[in-house]
Amino acid sequence: MSEKITGAEALMRSLVNEGVKTIFGYPGGAIMPVFDALYDYRDRLNHILVRHEQGATHAAQGFARVSGEVGCCLVTSGPGATNTITGIADAMIDSTPMVVICGQVGTAMLGTDAFQEVDVVGITSPISKWNFQIRRAEDVAWAVSRAFYIAKSGRPGPVVLDFAKNAQTGMVDYQPSKVDFIRSYDPDPQPSDEAIKMAAKMIDDSVKPFVLVGQGVELGNAQKELREFLEKAQIPAGCTLLGLSALPSDHPLNMGMLGMHGNLGPNVMTNQCDLLIAVGMRFDDRVTGNLKTYAKQAKIIHFDIDPSEFDKNVKVDLPVLGNCKTTLAAVTKLISPAKHNSWIQGFQPYAEKEYNKVIEKAINPTEGPLLMGEVVRKVSAAANNEAVLVTDVGQNQMFGCRYFKFTKPRSVVTSGGCGTMGFGLPAAIGATFGAPERTVCLFVGDGGLQMTIQELGTIMEQQCPVKIILLNNNFLGNVRQWQAMFFNHRYSFTPMANPDYEKIAEAYGIPAHTVVDRSDLDNSIRVMLDTPGPYLLQCAVLEEDNVLPMTPPGADVDKMLLEVKD
Amino acid sequence: MPNQNNDCQTCGKCDNTAREKNSSKNGLPLHTIIVYSENISGLLSQITAVFTRRQVNIETLNVCASSTPGVHKYTITCFCDTEMAEMLKKQMEKRIDVLQANYFTDDQIYIQETALFKLSTPAVLQNNRISKVIRIHDAKIVEVNPTYSIVEKTGLTEEILSLFDSLTELECILQFVRSGRIAVTKSTIEKLDEYIRLREKKHAQIMEQ
Ligand SMILES: Cc1ncc(C[n+]2csc(CCOP(=O)(O)OP(=O)(O)O)c2C)c(N)n1
Ligand SMILES: [Mg+2]
Repeated sequence: MSEKITGAEALMRSLVNEGVKTIFGYPGGAIMPVFDALYDYRDRLNHILVRHEQGATHAAQGFARVSGEVGCCLVTSGPGATNTITGIADAMIDSTPMVVICGQVGTAMLGTDAFQEVDVVGITSPISKWNFQIRRAEDVAWAVSRAFYIAKSGRPGPVVLDFAKNAQTGMVDYQPSKVDFIRSYDPDPQPSDEAIKMAAKMIDDSVKPFVLVGQGVELGNAQKELREFLEKAQIPAGCTLLGLSALPSDHPLNMGMLGMHGNLGPNVMTNQCDLLIAVGMRFDDRVTGNLKTYAKQAKIIHFDIDPSEFDKNVKVDLPVLGNCKTTLAAVTKLISPAKHNSWIQGFQPYAEKEYNKVIEKAINPTEGPLLMGEVVRKVSAAANNEAVLVTDVGQNQMFGCRYFKFTKPRSVVTSGGCGTMGFGLPAAIGATFGAPERTVCLFVGDGGLQMTIQELGTIMEQQCPVKIILLNNNFLGNVRQWQAMFFNHRYSFTPMANPDYEKIAEAYGIPAHTVVDRSDLDNSIRVMLDTPGPYLLQCAVLEEDNVLPMTPPGADVDKMLLEVKD
Repeated sequence: MPNQNNDCQTCGKCDNTAREKNSSKNGLPLHTIIVYSENISGLLSQITAVFTRRQVNIETLNVCASSTPGVHKYTITCFCDTEMAEMLKKQMEKRIDVLQANYFTDDQIYIQETALFKLSTPAVLQNNRISKVIRIHDAKIVEVNPTYSIVEKTGLTEEILSLFDSLTELECILQFVRSGRIAVTKSTIEKLDEYIRLREKKHAQIMEQ
């Protein structure tokens, strides 16, 4: 049975059909018919009014990252749409499923420089997985279904729907649509038996295998398959920034974080293994350092669902195409149980060295100002290492990811490939909707907080239980560290005068407290976690702290600095 | 990755005129990339963006409907090494509505190009070497009037450029245009048909479930 409804209402029905329950958005002229239709769907579609469209996109990302569902945004044309660009680009590089629906002027006015007309399809085409301009109400059901199918299938990503106003108001004989096949797009490539067999043989033949765990494991829901794979042949693993919670932090085979500020062991051993097994990761330059010396001694197997990742940065000996949930399981079946004891023990001296030179000082200081590392580790422990970690970008992010511990999958929400300051606060809001039963802890710097600080308004209105830990160093700390290390301590525009954040929180009705003394830290964290709803905990941390160890940009992956020489 | 951007206006070092050698540039071989896509608007800019982002100049580009209904064919030439060609292929295939992209060297395809020369008729009449050159190059005179004559030449890039060189020397060219290269593969296997067959099979499987 069908009936005539507006394109705007067709959008509502299509979203309900796709199982959407939460939308992050902001109204405006060219999307008003949709917001009018939304008024009657408030019982089914929970619309969260953000305070800036960038916030809507990051909230949708946070929502998607913790829930595995598609995040959804609704914004107006022109500036509403352009405000979403950073979030779309961020979701693209970090493979986050998201559908952004923006209003557009009527088709009769397209190309005339009409009020709030922007070429959204043109602008978003290089930063979206797919985009489409809906010009007729008849196309709504198909376009929405196609958008969600593309956003969540294969390697996930952002999709943009540019919804012309006449298509919103036009009448359509609504018929639900279900896109589950696109001829030119294969999101579930059939793994090759040859490749699986070959991989198993290479693994069996290897004496020093090492696995790189990427976000693909989380996206493919292959956490269990990964563990079974690692455990059967006792293969040590390192995790990328976005793959951190794909394997519990304390799993005996988890050797820690890869990358520029990752752990010493996994980075050094990358250049000592005889077989490097990359799973759902893309050899980002922040992970590889100098490509000319990266894992040259090793054979490389690359498991990925996206064939364009093979040989892109690192030439691999064996690509294994497919969803790693399937391919890992298939390889696990074929490999022989193994031990690799001495190889695994080889990581220990590096772990000890890093602990003695860096970690101990970072998490157990006895004097001086508070340190980011100790705050992060204490918050993590106080939440039983079960919380969702959300970070902004900068030192807060690196300390957050280094010292937070994970026991559950889908627990890291951070801007990896884009490094978007201002990501944290709205992403944390989204995470509270995506995982309402979990504690959400945000670590954010004084710089990044101010990039999307308006979202405190959203938190106030929605009472989102975000635990905001502001690591205040009165600096754009990460850049300051680089200036100290590579620009002769010339602190060009990185010191920053800060407002009174407690007063800001107070203005938004958000309980807040500032910790200066170490003796006050434990209790303050307890109070924050025990207070229902949102909370701002400001920590006055050491102003000129450095994230260590560090592989300087472009340096060899195994040449990590453990200290900064003045 | 070496900088493959050779825009003569910016560097002033390279020769980017119509006379340019066509088999290789800066040691990079000429590749012909044949792309098939669904007939959806906006794809051309997505395809060209794949090249510009990787600093590869498109030398020629031809777009038309293919023999398969609803499928568009793009024939693109560019100078790049095999690794880059492979990267371009994968990045284009990553676009949702692109069906297939393949790259070829000249020995793997049958190639054709067309060029039109608008010549000054008084110049042609004054110098009888001009009509000789046209005949030697097996070109066709398709229009003559007292002001200008139009000559059409179909063939390989080298043949067209050779005629261009000769006519330039004889100072009679008013206008010149060369079409993008068009090409069909010499292979006995139709890769696109094979791909579409495979996808249809997969579709049938999904429908069954
Ligand atoms: C939108 C954006 N602008 C600029 C940068 C460059 N940047 C990276 S980290 C950083 C400093 C961040 O300072 P803060 O938020 O205080 O965090 P901290 O490093 O001090 O913990 C800057 C400016 C960025 N990543 N994103
Ligand atoms: Mg700071």
